[in-house]
Amino acid sequence: MTTTVYVPRDSAALSLGADEVAANLAQEADRPIRIVRNGSHGMLWLEPLVEVVTERGRIGYGPVEPDAVAGLVAAGMLDGAGHELCQGVVAELPWLRDQTRLCFARVGVTDPLSPEDYVAHGGLAGLRRALRLPPADVVAEVTESGLRGRGGAGFPAGIKWKTVAGTPGPLKFVCCNADEGDSGTFADRMLMEGDPFTLIEGMTIAAYAVGATEGYVYIRSEYPDAVRTMREAIAVAREQGWLGENVLGAGHTFDLFVRVGAGAYICGEETAMLESLEGKRGMVRAKPPIPAITGLFGKPTVVNNVLTLASVPAILAGGAAAYQALGVERSRGTQVFQLAGNVARGGIFETAFGMTLHELVHTYGGGTRTGRPVRAVQVGGPLGAYLPATGLDLPMEYEAFAAAGAMLGHGGVVVFDDTVDMASMARFAMEFCAEESCGKCTPCRVGAVRGVEVIDKIVAGQDPDGNLALLGDLCELMTEGSLCAMGGLTPMPVRSALLHFADDFGPKRAGDFGPKRAGDFGPKRAGDFGPASPNGGGHR
Amino acid sequence: MVSPGTSVTDRVRALVAAHRGDRGALLPILHRIQAEFGYVDSDVVPVLAAELNISRADVHGVVTFYSDFRSEPAGRTVLKLCRAEACQSVGAEQLVAHAERVLGIKTGQTTPDGSVTLEQVFCLGNCALGPAGQVNDRVRGRLSPARLESLLKGAASR
Ligand SMILES: Cc1cc2nc3c(=O)[nH]c(=O)nc-3n(C[C@H](O)[C@H](O)[C@H](O)COP(=O)(O)O)c2cc1C
Ligand code: SF4
Ligand code: FES
Repeated sequence: MTTTVYVPRDSAALSLGADEVAANLAQEADRPIRIVRNGSHGMLWLEPLVEVVTERGRIGYGPVEPDAVAGLVAAGMLDGAGHELCQGVVAELPWLRDQTRLCFARVGVTDPLSPEDYVAHGGLAGLRRALRLPPADVVAEVTESGLRGRGGAGFPAGIKWKTVAGTPGPLKFVCCNADEGDSGTFADRMLMEGDPFTLIEGMTIAAYAVGATEGYVYIRSEYPDAVRTMREAIAVAREQGWLGENVLGAGHTFDLFVRVGAGAYICGEETAMLESLEGKRGMVRAKPPIPAITGLFGKPTVVNNVLTLASVPAILAGGAAAYQALGVERSRGTQVFQLAGNVARGGIFETAFGMTLHELVHTYGGGTRTGRPVRAVQVGGPLGAYLPATGLDLPMEYEAFAAAGAMLGHGGVVVFDDTVDMASMARFAMEFCAEESCGKCTPCRVGAVRGVEVIDKIVAGQDPDGNLALLGDLCELMTEGSLCAMGGLTPMPVRSALLHFADDFGPKRAGDFGPKRAGDFGPKRAGDFGPASPNGGGHR
Repeated sequence: MVSPGTSVTDRVRALVAAHRGDRGALLPILHRIQAEFGYVDSDVVPVLAAELNISRADVHGVVTFYSDFRSEPAGRTVLKLCRAEACQSVGAEQLVAHAERVLGIKTGQTTPDGSVTLEQVFCLGNCALGPAGQVNDRVRGRLSPARLESLLKGAASR
């Protein structure tokens, strides 16, 4: 009997030696084994997580360091024996069991490049159903599901599709935004590495629904493994007849190509992404015209995030009503939350909208990795707000976050302990904007540089009142006067830091300044403000 | 690598030809050039402009817009350290300072012997296992100063 062992190929697992673990297993095994390189289940604190198939189910061991393999094999891992690294049956772990996995249903479970695995685990059911419906009904189904864009803005997917479907033209495109530049987010990457056929299926459904024949997946260059896996998966899908001139024999033509970014955060903004796909600088376009009507090469174009498109197969397979039944208020279905930063149990948590941030961070995330108190949580990437530890009783849904002056964004949750210096995080927000601005409009291009200077002055104790007022004006100007959300939302982390952590903006040397912002709480790390600004790669 | 008798111009033309059917092919072509030569030499700009029938200014504008495209060769090992928020929450800034100290260079520079280039990056998608870095395209997680140094040694001996 050959024993089947799963060792993830996800790049987070690889980052801690999963390839070496797999090699050592092949060497040390005391019986014939078959090693399957699966995606990651998303319990990243357990990576590399090795699973052994037994009669009881898939028994997990983790985190397994390459050097630990020999000992584990000797201890009977291949029989599913007990060990201090043994986690039991993986599917029964509360962290996984408590999730509602629609988008990530197969990630970690299957071999990402096996078409047989894909179909055996429910793949293609959505596409098969879609192809039996008239395209307009597919659009209606997506609209009724309540699916909103997962890339950050939360625009209803069905309405966007309807615009593209209703714009006549011989050539239309479906473009998947896989630029995933936000710190604290990795779900797009994990889906592409762990279940790429789901994205292909979602894009194919979108293409059928709107009448598009050609698609692009724009993946950031920081994700070389995702690029490789997507390209291989597309080749397999073509061989299987899932892509190409006659998709599943139903007569529709759709082909798909991977394009790689080149290290520019702004290319995640959809119009900058389209410029980049056209081979140009990633400069943001003024809207209107909207991409749905005048998109890639001027043609009607669907632009959606990876998770938006990867949610579509489950919606078509299970029906709009089932999807719509999940979630709260105007946030329907599930969201793939990502726990990151200084968190004890980081990873993927897919659940219906509505769970509180507190529950995510504390119950599932287990608080900080350092074991110190949580002080701040940033949700929604570098343009999202910082929330104080006392403000986490917020349901994870679009409107509740907006009402709290925050943003759900792409679902990334970054935890900080009490050593964080929030003035330095506010400064970083401005620094990042200055670094990554496309340069098209002045409030963003110049405002961000000024923002860094002003924060430096405040922290140095130079006319803090005057400079705080100046920072407020600057934030106002950037919010009101920027063409896109890069400049328009950079004030969000800055203002939230000022609002919730005002003490951190006091002078660093005790006694330098009046007692107005006294009450310095929480230790500060020495050297938070040196070495000053980065000097690398500034040629934008 | 350029085979004997093939000029850089010929190679660039061949790469352009390989992408002839692609829409908006400039970025894929630039990636191929950088993969093959290690950087995008200013000499290839006029060749690309002529082959693609666009202006030199357009090609130059694209090459300089994207931080991936280098104007000169990098060191034998490229170390990128993530400085984005999630990695900062677990000590990325201290790690960058440590790397600068042991390598004796600033971020963005290459050691005088050409062995290591140190660069900053904003997020590698490994944000639950920070501080994250990339050593020659392989993402690494939970980088302590000691682990970083041993990875650099490993890369150097390869
Ligand atoms: C500065 C900036 C960066 C963005 N980065 C991304 C990104 O990396 N991925 C993404 O899907 N959307 C990103 N967006 C949002 C896109 O502009 C767009 O709203 C989205 O791709 C639409 O797809 P969706 O409706 O499925 O979310 C970004 C927006 C801005 C302003
Ligand atoms: S806000 Fe910034 S990134 Fe957006 S268009 Fe203006 S300059 Fe470009
Ligand atoms: S923030 Fe460092 S890997 Fe994402």
